[in-house]
Order: sequence, then structure tokens, then C-alpha cells
Amino acid sequence: MADIALAERRQKQGGRKAAAGNVTLTAASPASRLALRAPEPSLGPLSRALGMTLPTTAKTSATSANRRRHSLWLGPDEWLVIDENGADLVAECATSNSLCSAVDVSHRNVAILVDGVGAAACINAGCPQDLSLETFPAGGCSRTVLGKIEVVLFRTAETAFRVEVWRSFSDYAWDFLEDAARDS
Amino acid sequence: MAESHRIAGAGRLIGARPLHFTFDGEPHTGLEGDTLASALLANGVHLVGRSFKYHRPRGILSAGAEEPNALVGIHRDEARRTPNVRATVQEVYDGLSAVSQNRWPSLAFDVGAINNLASPFFSAGFYYKTFMWPKAAWAKLYEPNIRSAAGLGVAPHKPDPDHYSSRFAHCDVLVVGGGAAGLAAALSAAENGARVILCDEQANFGGAMRYESGARIDGLEGWHWTQDTARRLSEMDGVTLLTRTTAFGYYAQNFVGLVERVSEHLAAPGDQPRERLWQVRAKRVVLATGSIERHMVFADNDRPGIMLASAARTYLNHYGVGVGRAVGVYTANESAYRAAIDLKNAGVDLRVIVDLRDNPAGAVIDEAKGLGIEILPGRAVTAVGGSLRVRSITVQPKTGEGTGRQIAVDALLMSAGWTPSVHLFSQSRGKVAFEAGTQRFVPGTYAQDCVSVGSCNGTDDLAAAIREALAAGERAAKAAGRSGTARLAVKVEASESWSAGMVGTGPGAGKDTKVKAFVDFQNDVTAKDIRQAVREGMRSIEHVKRFTTNGMATDQGKTSNLHGLAIAAEMLGKDIPEVGLTTFRAPYTPVTYGAIVNHARGKLFDPTRTTPIHGWEERHGAVFEDVGQWKRARYYPQAGEDMHAAVNRECHTVRQAAGLFDASTLGKIEVAGPDAATFMELLYTNQWQKLEPGRCRYGIMLREDGFIYDDGVVGRLAHDRFHVTTTTGGAARVLNHMEDYLQTEFPDLSVWLTSVSEQWAVIAVQGPKSREIIAPLVDGIDISDAEMPHMSVREGRICGVPTRLFRMSFTGERGFEVNVPADYGEAVWEALWAEGQKHCACAYGTEAMHVLRAEKGYIIVGQDTDGTVTPSDAGLDWAVGKKKTDFVGIRGLKRTDLVAPGRRQLVGLRTKDPKTVLEEGAQIVADPKQAVPMKMIGHVTSAYWSENCGRSIALAVIEDGRDRMGQTLHVPMPSTTIEVEVCDAVFFDQNGERLHG
Repeated sequence: MADIALAERRQKQGGRKAAAGNVTLTAASPASRLALRAPEPSLGPLSRALGMTLPTTAKTSATSANRRRHSLWLGPDEWLVIDENGADLVAECATSNSLCSAVDVSHRNVAILVDGVGAAACINAGCPQDLSLETFPAGGCSRTVLGKIEVVLFRTAETAFRVEVWRSFSDYAWDFLEDAARDS
Repeated sequence: MAESHRIAGAGRLIGARPLHFTFDGEPHTGLEGDTLASALLANGVHLVGRSFKYHRPRGILSAGAEEPNALVGIHRDEARRTPNVRATVQEVYDGLSAVSQNRWPSLAFDVGAINNLASPFFSAGFYYKTFMWPKAAWAKLYEPNIRSAAGLGVAPHKPDPDHYSSRFAHCDVLVVGGGAAGLAAALSAAENGARVILCDEQANFGGAMRYESGARIDGLEGWHWTQDTARRLSEMDGVTLLTRTTAFGYYAQNFVGLVERVSEHLAAPGDQPRERLWQVRAKRVVLATGSIERHMVFADNDRPGIMLASAARTYLNHYGVGVGRAVGVYTANESAYRAAIDLKNAGVDLRVIVDLRDNPAGAVIDEAKGLGIEILPGRAVTAVGGSLRVRSITVQPKTGEGTGRQIAVDALLMSAGWTPSVHLFSQSRGKVAFEAGTQRFVPGTYAQDCVSVGSCNGTDDLAAAIREALAAGERAAKAAGRSGTARLAVKVEASESWSAGMVGTGPGAGKDTKVKAFVDFQNDVTAKDIRQAVREGMRSIEHVKRFTTNGMATDQGKTSNLHGLAIAAEMLGKDIPEVGLTTFRAPYTPVTYGAIVNHARGKLFDPTRTTPIHGWEERHGAVFEDVGQWKRARYYPQAGEDMHAAVNRECHTVRQAAGLFDASTLGKIEVAGPDAATFMELLYTNQWQKLEPGRCRYGIMLREDGFIYDDGVVGRLAHDRFHVTTTTGGAARVLNHMEDYLQTEFPDLSVWLTSVSEQWAVIAVQGPKSREIIAPLVDGIDISDAEMPHMSVREGRICGVPTRLFRMSFTGERGFEVNVPADYGEAVWEALWAEGQKHCACAYGTEAMHVLRAEKGYIIVGQDTDGTVTPSDAGLDWAVGKKKTDFVGIRGLKRTDLVAPGRRQLVGLRTKDPKTVLEEGAQIVADPKQAVPMKMIGHVTSAYWSENCGRSIALAVIEDGRDRMGQTLHVPMPSTTIEVEVCDAVFFDQNGERLHG
């Protein structure tokens, strides 16, 4: 049935931008995302399948050589894998033939990019974590809270964060960050 | 008249910019850097308010946060009217408008002052006694009058237009208090590599150096050393300096709340927040909170012009203001002599120093004598002349002998001694210890990783305080894991120091009942009130406090607690520690609701969740309802329709043609892993092992007690993968429940749970035409009844995007639930809508959904169940696997009370009058003629008008309901009793044929 019109993708927060204080907010482009759960013996095969070593240290991440793919440690057997090129991560994991749960959550999350010298202060308006570079360096990540919602926080550079949030909470996240940015 | 009391060449505001402000409409001039109090005093204004209970004229007692008297309203505009601002804390800005409080018609002539004459009726505990009878007078007379008299200041009528911000922060060492000790501790910690936050409530660091003139540190005058040190700290990495910032609460595990007044002192705050709440987690806390001077307790000690000696000294040495032209001093310790000496040296006529002690001796006394100041030892001030301002004092030997000598003064400085500020230490659950020699409480046993330094620790000598602080800073840095080796040395070349003093009343407080010798200025508590409390049987300070309200005002008794305690102890004939000190609680000073709420206002009060299809729904006129945080389309009224008409049309259309429903809020959990079916068997009552991939089943989840927790349709996608749906409200807790069991009870299972609620937009297409609507858009799935029967699931494509297509129904009609990745949800809905239009389909909302499912007797967990309903009660026995040996709740179901007769069972109800719709929640009785209270045998859980049935329908839970089919029961309502007949819960298509098309 080749005559079926392809449904248009309407990205939540798509194209949104804001600037206040010492921060700019940008809605991230679509990316594929994988909620990956796996026991220790599967990590080798999965790492090979994904082309990057899955991190095993709390609050750390790994980024691919082309800097487009990131694996965020969220728990002892849990990772959030983000591919900014939109690769089929579930299929890649399937090639490993290893015990795991690989669930596509590309549309579940929306990412807000928080940039600027006030980025940490802006996020610290609602996030109780220590965001000093000493304890939360670039590459650091954590599932945490922002105001009244849960987010996954990923520090991509000294003054840049990627805030991953469930799509229905992204209005709140955006509004919170925009309000907090005024005092960053 | 410009600044009559500013002394040329005095203070630190020399050359500062002049500012204009008004007090009660009267224009005044101040200087940049002034507080409202110092600027008023510079203009000779002492009378600034009326007291809470007696409406007595009040002036300025202090120069800091402890101020109990000088509370004013600050008005920026109609919406920005802050009541009860301490004039000693508020900084003056150009255009500031301050008004006095608790007076009418004017500050100088206040009708409410009649309370002062009527004061015998307002003695301690009066509110517990006087208003008890006649009882009828309470509601009409007493309560309204007390309410209008209670409270101080007037809240603004308009919403607060300011914004407030919040900041979480972590540090190695938090230093509270930026006086000499706090600065030394911060410097020492920072030099040893610690990340330091130093906060101080004043506009500048410096603490007591604001008024002390005798300190020299490292070759500098004390004040200059503090400013230099603050500058040095500000240039260091990892140091955060916060002025105008009060540490108000010390909570568990070194979590300290600070509030920073960001723009309260600015004429034009711009976009800056008014206040910023800091929530600090510190590895170590250093408390350097200083001490607070106590007043003397004697008759009429509240007259404007009578103030703390250190306050007068602050006004002179920092602000360059002379608080009077003829000044007396009344003291029981040495520090007041310093104030006298400074004022004398500034050219003020220092009339007399009255010292309660018999033989005061020492260098400072000699110095005062040398300046020619008259000193009257062994004497007390026993009376005060003047009302709106002190005019004179009467001095008598403290033994009470002889006649009094009257001395004319326009200001009286007093000092009974110094109280270490142990508030935060006490809040940290530290235990204070009483030092008998100095009659004061100091930090004793610590409960947290914290240390007190300087005068809040009872360390009076400046050199000792700085040594203590330097060591504490260094130790704190090391304890926080820093390996600095800096050992700082600070040389104190000269200092002032004092201790001791007195607590309780002097002779002038009088024993008779007419004398008002104030202990607590803000709550108008006098010495006789405390004595009376003891006479009436109060033994513990906790009782005395509550009976008299001593220390219960917003100043929390910073100046009064110790006096009150001493008076009670004396009356009881006990030592002070035996009577006990009341516990200090947060906040140290009042905190605005704005600061506490900060960002969580308006749309940030709570998240509002919308589905991917929300935009279409808005454009098509949906009326939304709140379901938890979700906005869900409730119905789609067309022109001229009310809710009833719209819902009737939607219900009718779904059964006649089809309807589209946004079910995206359903909870969805992907259960994946080789043990997925085993796990499902354990969490749900149903059988799952034999469910074939591609098929669905309605599942029930119980709690351990056997009651229904959640339900939903589960599709088996593959041998090792289930797509579980939950109720909208249950999405988060069901996942937690499952994860909890997986981690604690079944950790050996190889299965993982992932929330995909928001990955998938869900469009229910329900009705006889549903297949025709989806057919043109679906690719790669055979949706014929034969290949895709009721309760099946397929993966394929719709509108060219991936779908998990469910054949299922919550309406009783042939139906599909189209799951697509969320970003495609709206476009797929639009394509389905276009197809639906061809078949006269409608969009329907949650209200029609409720009616349609009730017509079929499908329960909604949380509406037809209430946490005490078992599957059997709900008529869902068929969903419990009879051969299963284990699942959560299996033992609970066998409890004797759950299998006994008399359980409330789900049934249908038909009203005898088909037009009458029952009220949900209404109680049901068997015999309406029985005496009240009647025996209630059940209640209505769902009730609707059913257009499809042409009558009202209802679901109810009734004792032994299934045995009552056909019985007539009664629903008593306020105005009538409704007759109902018990019937089957399925009202429409009882054989379920429509499900299969």
C-alpha cells in the first residue's frame, strides 16, 4: 500500500530556543534512545555491538569517537544510550545475542540543552546535586530531580548540560529552566 | 530638617550619596548605607511603632536582626507592601516609603492605647480566661474582635509580583556569621583548600567590628581588618561570599537553609529576584553567630529613646549618628561603658552611668571616670519620665533606700550582658550547657559535624576567638578531606572584651502589679506576667512561655528568653538550668513565603502533562479535565451542546459508527527477559505462561492483602516480551510495585521493566466501523477478524510509522488501540480522523468513555474499587488462575473475612424511574423506614445517563449483591428516597457479540 501518506513527525519542544541570564536553552534535535538493562556478562558483547564500552562507574558516561553516541550509566545494570544520528540501537543490541532488555525510548524523552556560564547555577535552582566540576565533571551524568520532576542530567562540557526529560514533563522542565535562567 | 543627629566626622558613611525616603508620609534624608533605623535616628526620630497588645509607643531597641520593636511596613507599590519589616535590617533606598503599624489614627495619637490603661484585664493568659463566658459572645463579639486585634501589620491585597529564586549548593565548610571569628574561620578553611560558603545577615561583613572601636588586628583597626579579609576571600577560588543572607534553619545532616535578600535594598531591582533561597549541604559547619546584648528589665523600659548600648554605639561608630543629645547609661556590665566613652568622645553630653554593681572596677571604668563621666554604682533606674520619648530617669540605690534622683535624658543606653546566639546550634539538635559563672548557655554537646567559634561559643576575648576560629577553619577543611597545610596566624594587638552581667530584673521592675517592666517587647510580656504565671502554677519554662507568650513573637525572644527564664527561676527558687531553656526552632528570623515557594508558582506550581494529541484536541474545542497532572479531553461539545448533550452524542456515535479516543495517558510497561512470563504469573492473578505471542489478556494485580491494586490489558509481543498497560493514575506506582517485588522478592528472575508510557501515543478507535477506519492506513498487518481476533496484538506500520496495534475494547464494541511513537501521535490521529469522517465517526472524551464502559459493566480501578475490593467482589473470579500456586495476594485472598458471606459485591442498579440518575457515593439501604442511623449495605460507585440504554444506569457494591438480583433497595437522599432494583452489571449487549464485529 504505497499510497499511504507518511505521518509527519512533530517533535515536542521542536525548534524551541530561549536565552536569559547567562544561559541559553535549546531543544535538542531528535535522537534515538535506548533503555538498556543487562547483567555483567553481557556487557562485553553489548559494548562490541554498540561500538563503545558501556561505563560501569556510577555517574559516568562514555561517548563515541564521533561524539554522536553516548552511554549514560544510570544504575548497576542500567544505561541510557543516546544516538544523535538516529541509529537503530535495538537492532544493534540484537546482534550481540546476549541477555539484555533493550527498549526503544526515542520518543519517550525530550532533551533540553542548557548552555552558558550560568548553566550549573540554572540547573541548581531545582537540582540538589553538587554540580561543581570537581564532583560532576564534563561527561558526568545522573538520574536526578529538577524542581518537581525527574530528569537525567548529562554534562556535555564544563558549561553545557543535556537535560533528558519525559516528553509530558518537558513543558515544565523548559519553563522551570527558563525561569531559573533569569537568576543564573 | 536635614539629619539633625548625624555627627560630622563620625561613622563610615562619610561622603555617601544622600537618599530621600518617607516615614508615615514625612520626607526625610538619609545616606546610602543607612538602615531605615539609622536614617530615622539621624533625623531625631525615635518613635516608630506601637506595641502589639498595649499599643505602647515604641522606638528602636537594637541595630540588628534581634529587633523586637521597630517593625514597620515598607511600601513599594500597591502589590508590594511588606509588613513587619525590622527597621534595623531594612536598608534605605531612594524613594523608600515606610509606614508605622498598629496605630490609629496616628502614631503619636493612637486610640488603641486604651489597652494600656485597660491592661489589668490583659494580664498573662488572659485569652485563656476572659473569653470563656458568656459562651454566645464568642462567635459574635470576642472572636471577630480578637481576630482584628491579633496579628501585626497588614498583608498586601494583591498577588506578589516579585520573583524569587532557589539555589542548591554544596561546600566543604559553611561559615555562618561574618564577624572577626567567622572571617578568620573562612579564611583558614579556604587557605587549606576547602570550598567555603560564608554568609552574614548584614549588608557588610564585620560583625561586632561595626561598633567596636578598640580592636586592632594585624596592624589594622578591627573594622578595616574585617573588610580586608573579606576582600581577600572574595578573590579566592571556591569561596562564595553571601551578605544580606540569613542562615535561618539548621536541619539534618548539615543541611542549612539560607535566605539572601537580593534586591530588597535597591530602588530599582530590575529583573533580579527579590530573595534567593539557598539550600546548602555542608561537610562541616562553623557557627560564628556572635552574641546579642540583653536589655535591663525595669519600669517603663520600653520608652522610645531607650536602647541597647551596643546599638547606640553602632549608630555612632558605623552610621555617624548620635542617638541623643543628653544620654544616660544603665548597665550591669562593662560593655556599656565603651558606648558611653565613644559617645562622650564624639561630643555627646553623656549625663550619667548607672551601674547596678556595687564596686565596678577596671581600665574601662577608669577611662570613663577620666573623661569626667558621672558614675553611680550600686544604683538602679527605677522610673522613666516621658511617653513618646524618654525625658528623664529616676535613679535610686538598688537597696531601695533613699529618695530617687531625677536626671533629664533624651536617650538611655542599657546593657544587662550578652547572650551567646546558640539558636542554630540548638536547631542542629545540639545540647546547650549552662555556665554558672557567666549566667549563660553555651554550646555543650554537638549532634552534627559542626563547631561554634567566637562569642556564640562563650569565647569573649577577641584574640582567643580568632585563634579558635583559625583552628576550627583548618580542622574543618581537613575533616572535609582537604590536605592544605596553611597555618594562619593573626595578631590581635588590642581588643575589647566583657562577659558576665545579669539576668532577670533589677530593683526597678517593681513587685506591684502596676509596673510594666518589659521582658519581651514584641509580645508585651512584663516581669509581673512571668511572676503571675508561676503563681498560677506554671513550673516548666515551656509552660511559662506558652502562658505568657514570652519569646513567642517573630523575634523568638532573642533579647527576652534568658530574662524570662531567670525571673521564673527566681520565683520558683530553682537554678536556671533546672527550669530549662526552651528549644530554638527554625526560622531564626521570619522567612517570606516567596522565598520558600520560590519558582513553584503559577505554571511551575505543579507540572501540567499533556498528550501528543493535545494540540488537536484544543483546536477541536475539547473541554479538558484534570486527571492527576494530566489534562485529558473530557468531551468535545459542538455548537449549542452542553456536556450532557455532547456526551450523549459521543456515546451514541461510538456504538452506531465509531469514535476516536486519546488513550495516551495509559501507563505502559515493557516487561522483557527470559523470565518475563514467570514474573507476570507472580505479579498478576491470571495465567500468562500459555498466552501465545500476539494475544492479549485482561490482567488483575493485587496487593498482598488480596485487594485489587490495578488492572489493564497485557499483550504478549514475543515469548520473552510483554507490553503491559496500567491505569493512568497507576502508571508510576504500578511500575514501582513491580520493581519493588522484582528486586526484593524475585531477584533471581532474568527480567527487566521499562516504562514506555510516554514512548507510545495511543489512539483508541472503537465502534462497528473501526476496522474500516484503520484499514486504509495499516501496512503489513492482516486485521481481519479471522487473523486478528478480539484480544490480539500485532506489530507493523500505520501511516508509514511503526505501530503496536491492539485489537481490544473498553467500550464493548469492535475496537483497536493504535500505539505509535509519540512524535507521530498527532499526525496519525489526524489521518485516522480523516478516515473516520468518511464513516461519521466522532472524537470522544473521558466522560463518554466512562459511560460506555459502565454500560458494559467494566470496572475502573479507583472508582468502582476502593482498596477493599477483591476480584471475587468485583465479579472477576474468572481472571484468577485457579490452578496457580503463587502470585502476590494469593494468601490474602484466603483470609477468612474475604471468603465469608456478606462481602460487598459489584452489581448493577436500575432506578425505578429510568430518568433518575443516582449520585456516585450515595449509600444504599434495604429498609428506608428503619430508624436513623440506618444500616448501610452498600454504595453507588458509578452512575450515568445512558443514551444507548435510554435510561439511567449505575454500578454499586452491595452486601451479598449477587444474591439480591431483582430485589428492590433504597437510596436515601436529602430530599427524597430513590427506589432501585439490583441487576446484572452489564447493561448493554449482554452476550458480548459486538466485540467480535
